[in-house]
Amino acid sequence: MSDVIQVAQLTKHYPGARGAPPVRAVEGIEFTVREGEVFGFLGPNGAGKTTTVRMLTGLTRPTAGGARVLGYDLATEVTQIKKRVGVVPETSNLYDELSAFDNLLFSMQLYGVPRRERKARAEELLARFRLSDKRDVPFAKLSRGMKRALTIAAALAHRPPLLFLDEPTTGLDVMSARGLRGMIADLRREGVTVFLTTHYLEEAERLCDRIAIIVQGRIVALDTVDGLKARLPARLAVEATLADGDGRTETLRFEGRSVEEATQAALARATAEGRRVLALNTVRPTLEDVFVHLTGLSAEVMLAEKGRT
Amino acid sequence: MLRDDLRGMWYIALKDLRAYYLKPPNISWGILFPFAFVLAFAIRNPGDLRSLTPGLLALTLLFGSSSMEAIVIVFEQRTGALERLLLAPVRLPALLAGKLLGGMAFGLTVTAAVLAVALVVFGVGSVNWPLLVLALLLSAAAFSALGAFVSVAVREVFEAQTLANFIRFPMMFLGGIFVPLASMPPALQAVARLLPLTYAVEALRAALDGRVLPTTVLDLGALAVFAAGFFALAVRTLARRAD
Repeated sequence: MSDVIQVAQLTKHYPGARGAPPVRAVEGIEFTVREGEVFGFLGPNGAGKTTTVRMLTGLTRPTAGGARVLGYDLATEVTQIKKRVGVVPETSNLYDELSAFDNLLFSMQLYGVPRRERKARAEELLARFRLSDKRDVPFAKLSRGMKRALTIAAALAHRPPLLFLDEPTTGLDVMSARGLRGMIADLRREGVTVFLTTHYLEEAERLCDRIAIIVQGRIVALDTVDGLKARLPARLAVEATLADGDGRTETLRFEGRSVEEATQAALARATAEGRRVLALNTVRPTLEDVFVHLTGLSAEVMLAEKGRT
Repeated sequence: MLRDDLRGMWYIALKDLRAYYLKPPNISWGILFPFAFVLAFAIRNPGDLRSLTPGLLALTLLFGSSSMEAIVIVFEQRTGALERLLLAPVRLPALLAGKLLGGMAFGLTVTAAVLAVALVVFGVGSVNWPLLVLALLLSAAAFSALGAFVSVAVREVFEAQTLANFIRFPMMFLGGIFVPLASMPPALQAVARLLPLTYAVEALRAALDGRVLPTTVLDLGALAVFAAGFFALAVRTLARRAD
């Protein structure tokens, strides 16, 4: 399996406002993305995720360092890279005035898809994303989930082997988000390499082969989900549901060096507070645990930050 | 790479025309607005209406080429659609040239309608056609590039409209359309010489009268310089902002 992205000492500093020191958005990061994998790029708000994607897709020039994308040098062959990647930004940004079909057609025109293939490809994408009945509906009149699906379809119109997805499910209802996750899984099966940035840790855990965690412009961890979990200090946990005399219940988490030690801690707490243990479950570490351990931020804080932007 | 750029330019222009320009309100406003202005002037000062024709054409071209152009780019910046174009395999100058082409095509279309009316009313006997086409093309390029520069220099649509009007309305009164340059005070004449509309009016007047004056080449040259200058400024400003 070859590397489709090779990043070496990639750095981006923005000039500080009015004599302030430069903003170090990305600081000498290094990683590779393998062909055919879904690569997750996680981090709190302002960690440097979007800046990294902007550099790798040719929107922003790096201050230092470089990268090779699909074998092309980012510094000298950016047009070749742009021809071969698809990008789905966080905001669905097709043209409100054009229909679903015309938006796909325009994407193909820009990327030089041969004229004879365009109509069939547009119909194929509309069918695949279940938008055939919206073919002639202006983009502005589609639902948020449909807009997202069409934006992904437009990014795939020229059959890129590498797709950048920036927060694909943000703001979608549960069913639309589920549908999109299914589409991402389908892309992976078809051999498309996906570079996914997301705030949803559960989504990353479910979809990604490997995950990089970036904090303050630096990558603090990069591994498979299981590899990341293995980095957690060897502490095990149980979740205990305790009930008091009035029937009020509370679920608490207890940690220990072994399941037995964690269970004893739960039982001791129940006894001390005069409560009964209703249920006791061992807890496997989640990606959220890894994230909290590495960044010091909880997933709730990260999502709350996201909501403010 | 050049092929990618030319293809991108062409399709960006076509998309802009379909998505933004060729809407009934734009077309009717583009044609009626200059007519209303000239009619108001003619009622106030009835005289040789024919002499107002070059100004009418220049005014139609100015508003037709620059009005939407000044809004389209900043609007697409706000919606994120411009980023879609910046991500495509089209270099920045070609991307902006596509935008310019859309503005020019719209300006020239509405001006052609006004020209047709003027020629029916006043006749075509003395028109120097090659000069007229050249003057119209260079004027459209200069005005469209002005609109593009205004659009990339601001961050909000209302700012673009304000800045465009701040530039265009003084130009309308100083550009030799309603008041001949020769009758202006020297200071205002000097200001008029800094405005692309002045050269557009003079070049169009020479073309419609069929008289190529020694200064006509200078008028065309000035329009080309304005077009290239505004275009270069727009490319530079957008490149800085995109980074």
